[in-house]
Amino acid sequence: MSLSNEQVGHLARLARIALSDAEIDATRSKLNGIFGLIEQMQAVDTAGVEPMSHPQELATRLREDVVTDENRREAFQQVAPQTEAGLYLVPKVIE
Amino acid sequence: MINASLPELRRALDVRQISSVELATLFLDRIDALNPELNAFITVDRDGALAAARAADERIAAGTAGALTGIPLAHKDVFCTEGVLTTCGSKMLSNFVSPYDAHVVSLLKAAGVVSLGKANMDEFAMGSSNESSYYGPTKNPWNATRVPGGSSGGSAAAVAARLAPIATGTDTGGSVRQPAAFCGITGIKPTYGLVSRYGMIAYASSLDQGGAFGASAEDCALLLSAMTGFDARDSTSLERPTEDYAVALAAPASAKPLEGLRIGLPREFFAEGMADDVRAAVDAALEQYRALGATTVEVSLPNARLAIPAYYVIAPAECSSNLSRFDGVRYGHRAAEYGDLADMYSKSRAEGFGAEVKRRILVGTYVLSHGYYDAYYLQAQRLRRLIAQDFQAALQQCDVIAGPTMPTTAWALGDMADDPVQMYLSDIYTVAINLAGLPGLSHPAGFGADGMPIGLQLVGDYFGEARLLNAAHRFQQVTGWHRRRPACAA
Repeated sequence: MSLSNEQVGHLARLARIALSDAEIDATRSKLNGIFGLIEQMQAVDTAGVEPMSHPQELATRLREDVVTDENRREAFQQVAPQTEAGLYLVPKVIE
Repeated sequence: MINASLPELRRALDVRQISSVELATLFLDRIDALNPELNAFITVDRDGALAAARAADERIAAGTAGALTGIPLAHKDVFCTEGVLTTCGSKMLSNFVSPYDAHVVSLLKAAGVVSLGKANMDEFAMGSSNESSYYGPTKNPWNATRVPGGSSGGSAAAVAARLAPIATGTDTGGSVRQPAAFCGITGIKPTYGLVSRYGMIAYASSLDQGGAFGASAEDCALLLSAMTGFDARDSTSLERPTEDYAVALAAPASAKPLEGLRIGLPREFFAEGMADDVRAAVDAALEQYRALGATTVEVSLPNARLAIPAYYVIAPAECSSNLSRFDGVRYGHRAAEYGDLADMYSKSRAEGFGAEVKRRILVGTYVLSHGYYDAYYLQAQRLRRLIAQDFQAALQQCDVIAGPTMPTTAWALGDMADDPVQMYLSDIYTVAINLAGLPGLSHPAGFGADGMPIGLQLVGDYFGEARLLNAAHRFQQVTGWHRRRPACAA
């Protein structure tokens, strides 16, 4: 398998990472090396093997639907790039 | 004092041979002197350390000290520390002063441990050499031209250079065991689920597990005992009673303390790929284990060779999902100039993440995308089950599995920096253990032809930490590799 520059550009857009044309070129050759390694998996017949998503077969723990934490909005917003009146500011998304 | 074990430090503190403030100052001064060269710490918290040390001295005076009260430690910078910069080795979090403590950090604070600062690491724990850190690579204390290993390279280097007696780390594919081997110290990654992941910045959540570094298995046992325990804030935290791993080590010495211990040697780990000097050291260590009463038996892990390809699907897939939270909105780096919201995300992430992190996010994005999910992600998860089943089959024939931690000693800085695949392949003996979720330990077992440390890896069944630590401790009672120090700590 070999990725094209267009495919790498598409992946970068999906991942929301801006890449210049030069970066796409450099990234493509590294990614193709990584996929060359990953391709080794395809040699194994895994028919009938249940996928293992997690080391422990855990059921989701449930708890009472009650407040368990205090409101720490000010502390959490102190590390935000831009806030105002307790809100996070981002570029306008609706005209 | 800098080379004292934790029990020795405990006695010195308890009999007032030294105060916790004096002890913290001793290590802080070593950090000031040696860190400019080693770059093992990203942040040194002198004021916080001295305040914690004063509180520890009060507890000691009041007679309420625990096993770790007043003991200095370095935290890997992946753990959130309230009021202290927490970067995860990334530009993305270069301005992130955490508003809360990780569970592990809270537990150790409550135990009276004195945090000296935050240890350097590969960016977002992605790397095997510490070279992907935005804050520059950590140097190996044994030879400053060599890598310390990764991703917890700063933690391991700090303990090896005695900038701290113990350190925390995390291990997703070998990131505790590998730097422990490269730096000539002991490190343990427990069973997945024993150490809470709350406040431990996520890389690959089904693999990430906190671990402990020390010079010896005994020091690791004391630290690990204080790090484990159920935490409702981590959905994969296991509800089981905590263990005191140090108690198990207290059994009286005997001529054959490991009588009855069956050590499995996977034939796939003793095949081509292991350097001759590593093989010689591992063989000699196994001979020592046999002299202590253990027996060795050949076992097989037929799917182990597929662990690296499977890991480099599963870990990037989970990383691409986990790291989507870094969007320049709630915390972390935001680009200075941008147009619309999507542009702000893309530029902030392009500027905030380094090359290796971007590569893994892109690989993960690909393997999770429509049309490729079955062929890559599900195939990797099926292989993961086969690998976990191999370990269970092998552990029917033995109590622990042993082999080299790494195929070679630490390589030179820059040697693999431009070849990610070659670096990935060096994790051949460690990643399978994370896929299975088993506990693994690396302890010093000698030195290579280049004078660099070699580690032996022990792998146990689920919840086999006490057995691993005990085996390593018995080995260390009759050998001196774990007491060897680099010139800067001699």
